[in-house]
Amino acid sequence: MHKFANPARFMRLSNMFLPWTTGLTLLLFAVGLYYALVLAPEDYQMGNTYRIIFIHVPAAYMAQFGYGVIAVASAVGFIWKHPLADQAARATAPMGAAFTALALLTGSLWGKPMWGTFWIWDARLTSMLILFFLYLGYIAVWQTIEDHVRAAKIASIVAMVGLVNVIIIKFSVDWWNTLHQPATLMRMDGPTIGGDMLAALLLMIGAFNMFFITLLMWRIQSLILRRRIRSLRMQIGGGQG
Amino acid sequence: MIKLALSIIARDVRLSMRHGSTTTMVMGFFVMVVTMFPFAIGPEQNILQRVSVGVIWVAALLSCLLSLDRIFQSDYEDGSLDQFVLSPVPLELVVMAKCIAHWLTTSLPLIVVAPILGIMMNLPGQGFLPLIYTMLIGTPALSFIGGIGASLTVTLRRGGVLLSLLILPLYIPVLIFGVLAVKAAIGGYPVMGHVMLLSGFTLFSAAIAPWAAAAAIRSGLE
Repeated sequence: MHKFANPARFMRLSNMFLPWTTGLTLLLFAVGLYYALVLAPEDYQMGNTYRIIFIHVPAAYMAQFGYGVIAVASAVGFIWKHPLADQAARATAPMGAAFTALALLTGSLWGKPMWGTFWIWDARLTSMLILFFLYLGYIAVWQTIEDHVRAAKIASIVAMVGLVNVIIIKFSVDWWNTLHQPATLMRMDGPTIGGDMLAALLLMIGAFNMFFITLLMWRIQSLILRRRIRSLRMQIGGGQG
Repeated sequence: MIKLALSIIARDVRLSMRHGSTTTMVMGFFVMVVTMFPFAIGPEQNILQRVSVGVIWVAALLSCLLSLDRIFQSDYEDGSLDQFVLSPVPLELVVMAKCIAHWLTTSLPLIVVAPILGIMMNLPGQGFLPLIYTMLIGTPALSFIGGIGASLTVTLRRGGVLLSLLILPLYIPVLIFGVLAVKAAIGGYPVMGHVMLLSGFTLFSAAIAPWAAAAAIRSGLE
């Protein structure tokens, strides 16, 4: 575990991996989009509109995955005082928030033709929105606290408490929704999915996943470099003063 | 151990009573928020009746949120919090006691006022008792979870807004089950399921809050 705590080693390793993951991301997106936009047949009920799910489902999946990454990285950082894990959690947060926003946006765009309205208080939409709020709170912690070590600790407590609560909130929102509105709306799992559609969906999920990993490495690298610049500046400033 | 906790609770309650104004101000805020709603949605009795439970619960949530910084702020300013950290008393116990004291000085007065607001919001008769006991069961969770938030932000200068951003999403389960229980009672449906889930959430938050808040205070004061 501590072998990977060294930022210099991380820089070396990630520089080695980055070209490969970048290439794989581009390849998966190219093939996935070809499948999604060309090969996958038009749906007999929903027409071409259904193709939003090739963005929507991966984005929603990455939104939840992102919070999981933050929580695990936070736990590692909190328990073993692992500086890279803190940076990883910090770097993930804006990405996760962006994926959540994308999932909400594509969801409501899909909802307009399907349900006739941009927004309904459906259980999934609602818990996605709350996940978005939790991301915002987590990001706000990093922005409010200047001292990095303290920010990392407090943010990791927020993330861990948040993860436990995310599960409870999800469950209670489901409960609330089933009692408030009977299922009049169209379910997400409408017609069974198969063949090229499934392949396209899986390819897109893979592409989003690789994109996430690539971006995460990039962002951790830039956070490390930023800290290095800061400490160099302080050294220079100290020398003069 | 229990004696120590009781003495901390007694100290906090006494401090808050001598200060006097905060508890009344929170009650005033609670009444005022509820009063805003008839202006916003109109005075029709049947509409008010439908939203009454929800409005009272949301107002209680906001009032609780408003008073959260009180849990640790003054102790942090006069240095007692450092003494608590240094003392052999487990910090978890101190946090637990302070959350209970916060509940006694904030939520309990709100529960006393809530029935009056219920009358003003045209809450149906069979809803009053459930409103009171769901608030009794549910509001401790607000103090415990709020205690986590307060401990995270106590050492920060701009902690207030951050606190509400962090804590409000975590209050959602209390709101959902509190409102559902009262609505079920009004509609004549079984209440027990909601009440049990609500108490489960309260017990759960009481179990995690002391640890999380104590860890946050320790790292904040380092």
